[in-house]
Amino acid sequence: MADDGGNHRAGGAMNTFLDFEKPIAELEGKIKELRHLSDDGGINIVDEVTRLQTKAERLLRATYSKLTPWQKTLVARHPDRPHTSDYIDALFESFTPLAGDRKYAEDQAILGGLARFRGYSVMVLGHEKGADTEARVRHNFGMARPEGYRKVVRLMDLAERFSLPVISFIDTAGAYPGVGAEERGQAEAIARSTQKCLDLRVPLISAVIGEGGSGGAIALATANHVMMLENAIYSVISPEGCASILWRDPKHAEDAAESLKVTAQDLLRLGVIDEVVDEPVGGAHRDPGAVVDAVGKAVEGALRRLAALSAGEVRAQRRTRFLEMGRGQIGI
Amino acid sequence: MSWLTNFVRPKIRSLVERPQIPENLWAKCPACEQMIFHRDLETTQNVCPHCDHHMRVQPEVRFANLFDDGVYHTIELPKVAVDPLKFRDSKRYSDRLRDAQSKTGRTDAVIVAHGKIGGTPVVTLALDFAFMGGSMGLAVGEAMVAAAELATYQQAPLVVFPSSGGARMQEGILSLMQMPRTTIAVDMVREAGLPYLAVLTDPTTGGVTASFAMLGDITLAEPGAVIGFAGPRVIESTIRETLPDGFQKAEYLRDHGMVDMVVHRHEIRDRLITILDLLLHTQPSAEIVDLATAGLDIPDEAEAAADPEPAEEPEEQPAEK
Ligand SMILES: [Zn+2]
Repeated sequence: MADDGGNHRAGGAMNTFLDFEKPIAELEGKIKELRHLSDDGGINIVDEVTRLQTKAERLLRATYSKLTPWQKTLVARHPDRPHTSDYIDALFESFTPLAGDRKYAEDQAILGGLARFRGYSVMVLGHEKGADTEARVRHNFGMARPEGYRKVVRLMDLAERFSLPVISFIDTAGAYPGVGAEERGQAEAIARSTQKCLDLRVPLISAVIGEGGSGGAIALATANHVMMLENAIYSVISPEGCASILWRDPKHAEDAAESLKVTAQDLLRLGVIDEVVDEPVGGAHRDPGAVVDAVGKAVEGALRRLAALSAGEVRAQRRTRFLEMGRGQIGI
Repeated sequence: MSWLTNFVRPKIRSLVERPQIPENLWAKCPACEQMIFHRDLETTQNVCPHCDHHMRVQPEVRFANLFDDGVYHTIELPKVAVDPLKFRDSKRYSDRLRDAQSKTGRTDAVIVAHGKIGGTPVVTLALDFAFMGGSMGLAVGEAMVAAAELATYQQAPLVVFPSSGGARMQEGILSLMQMPRTTIAVDMVREAGLPYLAVLTDPTTGGVTASFAMLGDITLAEPGAVIGFAGPRVIESTIRETLPDGFQKAEYLRDHGMVDMVVHRHEIRDRLITILDLLLHTQPSAEIVDLATAGLDIPDEAEAAADPEPAEEPEEQPAEK
């Protein structure tokens, strides 16, 4: 199942190169050219292709083994990176989307519904950024309005009523900053969603698969177990936002990303997340199938551990997790 | 427990801690631009005597006017890791912290106090905007947890007075984590069956609004206070529209159903006393129960069950044209 989603998207993945991937893009371009030539035969061309492929792979591995926090930010936002809907399609059966907050509207920035995961009935939800222009607009680029967070609360209530574990995928630049969103209580909606996460008497497992943007992320990620992809980021403010406030210049985003400590590795060290899920060489967008599989395994592991806890224990574990977070000697 | 520390009468406190304001200084109201004598501002808690504009006020001034006879105790704030990320922008965060500490005379942007309001023991927490914009990091989060624990321990209501630009960016993800942590604090108070009230003051924005500030059982707001999640400039640059009049002001939030009431600073104490009385003293007091008639008119349970007919029959009324 995972392969379907993976292969489908892998083709498009090579179209978008990030700035720092330019040398790799050039090599891959050259390989493509030579391959066309190799149709005419010529053993030396085949050798050259093999040589360049090895070189490109080595370069890719070298580049991705030492990504800066800012480069990771770009990878985390890569348009071809698998999104929540890709994980749902590949990992969940009988996905039954549920819509609306029963108060005002349906917000497609957040997907959610009943599904079966490795035999368990679960509630799955997450921010959806969308894969193409039309979808991005429909999903508002994964930036939820109050209705999105209120839908989360409603679905969590439902999950709790039937003792279903909740699995959330985090991928948002943040809550939508708009007049209507403010008028309808964006802050209150986020606060209530976080409060609901904390109150849940069923396991809540969160995976930060791309961008974990501030309050819009924590509203779905106040979980028993939080995992992050190797190149995902999770931050109180976007590096650009931080740069324009503290450096008074968004061009300092790179410095801000560095200072803010936004990477999975930093957050693991700070005790904010529990697990880092490795990505394929060259990032999740180069082999979506593999990364979706890896996330599936990690979620299953966490779910099996948490399923052994009673309703009271699962709630207490979550509260203790956050209450103890940042206490004592902590630092990078 | 070492809660009962730092007992200082506020009058003495003001003598000790705020010698830097010369007596003859005049301030200009940012709203009406009239000049105000500094000493007048102290008696009005920084409310403009000309136009009623509510300026920001130090937590100590607020508390002196909030608690009975101006008497309250502050608690020692829990120690937290200092500059855990070794953050620096154009300046080191540790230096910014030190500057803010010497400017305000406190260790962080928060003060937790307890005392009596209208005779009722109450725990309060206030943020000080003068300390790095009242921003919420580990210290504020831990103070909120301590305030909730104290409230639970004393079986006292918790009243918070946020004034904050949001999260303390220099503490990165750890500042974001104070949103769930302060929410746990609110839950502790709620689970203890105690009132949790929020008085939103200027400004209450960002992560503070999207956590404990917006979770009050009852939410009051000061006139004109800016309250919101996203900053107006962020919104303007996103939607490229000018914002409506009064957008994100306390009155605007009230009209959109987001706060219960907008209350003048001088009336907050009385309003809190009324609310706490209603929430805490829920039964008729003994002396007004008429012993002669008490219990006589209560119908027997069997009798009530046998007579399901309502006294009136509104269903029978024809609808009016
Ligand atoms: Zn004035």
